[in-house]
Amino acid sequence: MTWLGVFSQLLEIVMALLLAPLLGGWINQCRAWLQNKSAPGLLQPYRMLHKLFNKESVLAEHASPLFRGAPYIVFGCMALACAIIPTLSTDLPLSPAADAIALVGLFAFARVFVSLAAMDVGTSFGTLGARREMLIGFLAEPALLMVLFSASLISKSTSLTTIVETLAHRELTIYPSLAFAGVAFTMVSLAENARVPVDNPTTHLELTMIHEALILEYSGRHLALLEWAAHLKLFAYSCIGLALFFPWGIAEAQAPVTLLLAIPALLLKLAIGGGLLAVLETLSAKMRIFRVPEFLATAFLLAVIGMLVHILVRA
Amino acid sequence: MTELVGQLINLLASILLMLAFAMISQRRILSLIHLFTAQGVALVAATLVVGYATQQPHLYLSAGITLVLKVILIPLLLHRVIARLDVRWDIETLINIPTTMIIGIALVIFAFDLALPISKLSVSVARATLGIALACVLLSFLMMITRSKAVPQVIGFLSMENGLFFAATSATYGMPMVVELGIALDVLVGILILGVFMFHIREQFDSLDIRHLEKLRED
Repeated sequence: MTWLGVFSQLLEIVMALLLAPLLGGWINQCRAWLQNKSAPGLLQPYRMLHKLFNKESVLAEHASPLFRGAPYIVFGCMALACAIIPTLSTDLPLSPAADAIALVGLFAFARVFVSLAAMDVGTSFGTLGARREMLIGFLAEPALLMVLFSASLISKSTSLTTIVETLAHRELTIYPSLAFAGVAFTMVSLAENARVPVDNPTTHLELTMIHEALILEYSGRHLALLEWAAHLKLFAYSCIGLALFFPWGIAEAQAPVTLLLAIPALLLKLAIGGGLLAVLETLSAKMRIFRVPEFLATAFLLAVIGMLVHILVRA
Repeated sequence: MTELVGQLINLLASILLMLAFAMISQRRILSLIHLFTAQGVALVAATLVVGYATQQPHLYLSAGITLVLKVILIPLLLHRVIARLDVRWDIETLINIPTTMIIGIALVIFAFDLALPISKLSVSVARATLGIALACVLLSFLMMITRSKAVPQVIGFLSMENGLFFAATSATYGMPMVVELGIALDVLVGILILGVFMFHIREQFDSLDIRHLEKLRED
């Protein structure tokens, strides 16, 4: 562990915490433009967080400590996930702590807690949201694992930093398996981040909402933490996607100067990715909840075919 | 450089397979036609790259024929047919979609396993893609089997022809020009006849469900 490593690790966490709401704001703005609406300001998510942190938090009478603790656990999980994923540099002291599989486990941990907390108060919406969230989660997880495994097959390691080093810093090679993995990953991240074909992030209509139903009972600072965690989750997923499929521009341990270049590269990639996500969300209609298992099964099977293609092409 | 060209062919082959897979998971006829058009584009690109890699100018010509026929003419004809028949939406499959996709995966594994020893004998730059082409053909077969309406079956047939064409390109650098022209004409004429046929089925039974054809009529 070097001082530079510690520095890039800290820089990465701070960048993730600060940039995540900005990414959410940017996507909302693009979406509003594409739908011919006047867009809310780019800084709207920050104002929202500021407002919520200053409000009093109201708790239900029967709320257990689990309900109060869940927002902190979820926020901690997402912040840790952002620290493990190589967004700026591959020289991260925290990254040996968890590989790709543990990362998926970390997301699952957060999901279990937010679902338990939603069921804790005993409202019908909370239970409904929790069940839907678990339905999507248990189908999305194997697909995400398969996507990460296709990348691991290439670099022969499940550590994300090793995968990025292999993909970014060797001579240019086209991997057909990554094309399958890319499509599958896009589908999984749409489902996991409650984006349009699966869930509408702006709706409060009781029949369709998933993510919003989960956090309906929260207010004040708890809600702020959960909103921030949702932004962080989207940021983490975007960064996994960028690290696996567009890893160029991420700094290495041997070349500390490239850390300066990595920040504008990350901003550019996130801006383009956010714009594309907005286009995707505008083009597609929300699907029925019972079509979601089919959608995610397609993602899983595409990722499996990707692995098969990798084996075929290598042989 | 040649290595990169080989990888590019593999990538285009994978895109073909991905589109074939997307076709069996698709319910709407309109989206099926769009997917078929995209498959045609991928096929043209793959043929061009193989032609460039192996310095076979006649492959450029066959890419041109594919472009005119499968990217422009046939999709146009299909669009007109479904507009006339007014069947843009089709949600009927014989087996439900997730099951179809799992069968599809089994077919892909079977095709890959079958093609592995064959491609080891080949010295072609695109030898790894033979398994993918075979998988495309089998997936199109599956699509023809699991759809009960006439239009998706025709699209499945055309997509199978795409797979066969790609197999020919990747395994032997394309068929002789005479054969290729003959097939191209056959497909075009086939589409015209099938189009007429669909109108007749509809007139006779008031539906495009080909299960009606299985019954023998007394009169």
